[in-house]
Amino acid sequence: MMEMGKLSAAMARKVAERVTDPELPMLTLADLGVLRDVRVTDHGVEVAITPTYTGCPAMAAMRDDLTRALQEAGFAEVAVRVDLAEPWTTDWITERGRRALRQHGISPPGVAPRHDGPIALTLRPVRRVVVCPQCGSNRTEVTAEFGSTACKALYRCLDCLEPFDHVKEI
Amino acid sequence: MSEIHTHAPDEHGNAYDGLLVDDVHWAFGSGQEFEHSEDPLAGVDVTVPDGVDPAALASYCLMLGDDALIMSQRLAELTSRGPDLEEDIAIANIALDLLGQARLLLARAAAAGPTVVPTLPEGSPVPAEDALAFFRGDQQFRNVRMVEVPNGDFGETVARLLLFSAYRLALFQRLATSRDTVLAAVAAKGVKEMTYHRDFAGRWFLTLAQGTEESRRRVLAGLTGLLPLWPELFETHEVEAAVAATGVGVDPAAVEAEVEVVLDEVFAVSGVERPDTRPLAGVQRLKGRDGRHTEALSRLLAEMQVVAREHPTGRW
Repeated sequence: MMEMGKLSAAMARKVAERVTDPELPMLTLADLGVLRDVRVTDHGVEVAITPTYTGCPAMAAMRDDLTRALQEAGFAEVAVRVDLAEPWTTDWITERGRRALRQHGISPPGVAPRHDGPIALTLRPVRRVVVCPQCGSNRTEVTAEFGSTACKALYRCLDCLEPFDHVKEI
Repeated sequence: MSEIHTHAPDEHGNAYDGLLVDDVHWAFGSGQEFEHSEDPLAGVDVTVPDGVDPAALASYCLMLGDDALIMSQRLAELTSRGPDLEEDIAIANIALDLLGQARLLLARAAAAGPTVVPTLPEGSPVPAEDALAFFRGDQQFRNVRMVEVPNGDFGETVARLLLFSAYRLALFQRLATSRDTVLAAVAAKGVKEMTYHRDFAGRWFLTLAQGTEESRRRVLAGLTGLLPLWPELFETHEVEAAVAATGVGVDPAAVEAEVEVVLDEVFAVSGVERPDTRPLAGVQRLKGRDGRHTEALSRLLAEMQVVAREHPTGRW
């Protein structure tokens, strides 16, 4: 019985870890760092997710996708709970996730800023070392700090002249 | 009578078919069948901390939530009206972040003090946070008046966003250590998001102030129009005093000096002297936090709430 429990917990985790992000389909929710916990209890599978942005409209789709995937794998009872205790940070995106972003033309985030005391204003354009995911040049410039989704900034490459998205550090 | 087809049906027959399959994408259901909306605090511990008055906590959450909701609505009105595509998208993104904060804060208000939630017809599937957003009258809104006044031009939007985000970022930094774990979590997350909002507004303020004579005139006119509503943000309401005393909220007066330092920095770099204005009085001393608003809020709510109020059961 104990073995069965362990086995299905491992299986539930495996299934949940395959579910992809609705807006960044090249990334799994696990690689994005949104999937925080998968456990099997007496009541079924319990999954915890942490939203990337407070207003993220994809949360409902993520919950539905996780529920559907687990139910299709044979877990009848699935509960998805929201875990807000620690805010999501781009530092939680895995190495594999960063590779996948780059391969799909999206520049992965650098290290998220940490603050002690009042947060300083940044009135000059943000300076990041951003490498063009198309041609590999590091001569890039920011076009806008807000992009097609809440988590991205717009950049352009000064060598190949292509525009691209950069996942911004939070 | 047989069905009439103007062309052979195929899987791409109707561009609108796809719109009606997935209710989760609709703010207020698809009109055909109302899927129960997900609880934004599903599985979150919403126990009110020891020694805290649940009613005061609920009122405080309404204040913070309403500030975000009304500011978000004003910013959302600008969608497709930005000076260029990048700024249009930025403003919509900022509005979305604030709407997300509003949703959690209104849900937290409802969980702490269910009596604040308006009563809806039997069987209405509208969740508590939507009932608070769409079914309260203007005098039940607790936002500061600065967020409700009508939009001006882009200069005015930049000035308002600078003032609002400087205030709210400082407030949320302190709120991140609230004894209420939900407020602490919302605040910690909000700090990350609003750091980007404040930088965006600060950069544009500098750009406009140091741009052309006309851009400078406009951003200063926007600022001058808003400053009479600025002191209200730092006046301590009795609810704020109560929640600050029990360690779940922040007294806004406590962050005023810190916020002014940020503004002074922006004004100095922009070569702007702070305009001299007089505070806008309340009605018998009552202001936004007391539910006494300018006429503009009623008009905003009329537009924002009309669909929900027409269809309180989510069907039409």
